[in-house]
Amino acid sequence: MTRIRFHQELDELKHRILAMAGMAEQAVDLSVQAYSQRDPVLCQRVIASEAGINRAEREVDEFAIDLLAMQQPMAIDLRFILAVIKINADLERVGDQAVNIVQRVMNMIELPPSELPVDIPAMATRVRAMIRDALRSFIEGDPELARHVLEADDEIDRLNHEAFAALSRYMQSEPNGAVQALDALSIARNLERVADHATNIAEDVIFWIRGADVRHGAGQQTAGS
Amino acid sequence: MPTAVEVRDLKAWFGKTEALHGINMSVEAKHATAVIGPSGCGKSTFIRCLNRMHETNPEAKAHGEVKVGGEDIYEMPAVDVRRKVGMVFQKPNPFPTMTIYDNVAAGLKLNGTHNRKVLDEVVEHSLQQAALWDEVKDLLKKKSGASLSGGQQQRLCIARALAVSPEVMLMDEPASALDPISTAKIEDLIFELKQKLTIVIVTHNMQQASRVAEFTGFFLMGNLIEFDKTEKIFTNPSDKRTEDYITGRFG
Repeated sequence: MTRIRFHQELDELKHRILAMAGMAEQAVDLSVQAYSQRDPVLCQRVIASEAGINRAEREVDEFAIDLLAMQQPMAIDLRFILAVIKINADLERVGDQAVNIVQRVMNMIELPPSELPVDIPAMATRVRAMIRDALRSFIEGDPELARHVLEADDEIDRLNHEAFAALSRYMQSEPNGAVQALDALSIARNLERVADHATNIAEDVIFWIRGADVRHGAGQQTAGS
Repeated sequence: MPTAVEVRDLKAWFGKTEALHGINMSVEAKHATAVIGPSGCGKSTFIRCLNRMHETNPEAKAHGEVKVGGEDIYEMPAVDVRRKVGMVFQKPNPFPTMTIYDNVAAGLKLNGTHNRKVLDEVVEHSLQQAALWDEVKDLLKKKSGASLSGGQQQRLCIARALAVSPEVMLMDEPASALDPISTAKIEDLIFELKQKLTIVIVTHNMQQASRVAEFTGFFLMGNLIEFDKTEKIFTNPSDKRTEDYITGRFG
């Protein structure tokens, strides 16, 4: 083994992005908890966490760019760093989606609770599983697990469409609950976007390990081979 | 894409030691092909077989087929081979006592060209091709090749090789003894030259290989492990040994 220092720095980069991933994942968890419990304190915690995620994004990017400039990485190392830079951006957006969710939750808290025809916590459970699996595929360098994440995204899209249809009907039949329904609709959409970011992360893991670009449905066979 | 050099089952020996174990490679015409690998992997031996320089060592021999422009170079006089396949070495080696002009004209004169007008034209054209003309045009017959800087000497050697209009130019670590600016000039030159001829370059500098070559071959212990487009080799090689080498996991 040569270039020991460089490979230690790659490990360090992985540690840093995983720390950031933990922050983004926690923000999503808290935002869903805030929805279920109608808890303004949790909402504030999510909003307060955004600055840390943004700071971590800048630090990871800076570290990755330094490695590109100073170490001229090749092959799987080059792909790893490129994947980290893209995953980094996705994680920051996951943090943004969590903030979007709690902003809607804070609106909803101002209004009386209503029985909306959408199971946000159930959708959130699936989305969180996708994020967890995407990150686990990154930690373990497991493209098979990443491929399962890609498959799971279709289910989230379906749930989002169902939520849209159900809430649209609800707004027509219960005009007094329209504002709350709109908030719930936005939250479903935010969760669907989180799932999209998990999908992007999984695609980046496949690119890192297999060198295959499977974005936009390209090279699915390679992803699974 | 036409092939400039076709290598089939090429083996080479130093005494009883087999240094190349049956290499097959098709080198694309008018492109640059880089040869990389750790020290002792056989990459320099390989390119020295492409113009029969290898056999100038009395202990050395080679066996196999090397076709340049469709002709087997092991079935033609070595002098003719060197005219078809020029070579530039790691350390610039201008003829120290000759003027700049005579350095460039030496190959032509050796081949029997003595017409002054022809020589003048070829010397100017070769120095222009080697991106050295502007720097030496007023010194052609006043200064010796050895009086130039290292980078200029290397470009002089390239001009000398170009003067006999080779089809292929072999470069054995041509920039490893040069500073970054001279290195950049050589790399720019490679880009210019490959529009007219085929280049095979041995380099230890993988960034250089990735900058100048469209194709790259990775050698290890006398075997060609992988040969592919350069971007494939450096972003997603097929063989684990290639990946381990270029990512510094061994070597």
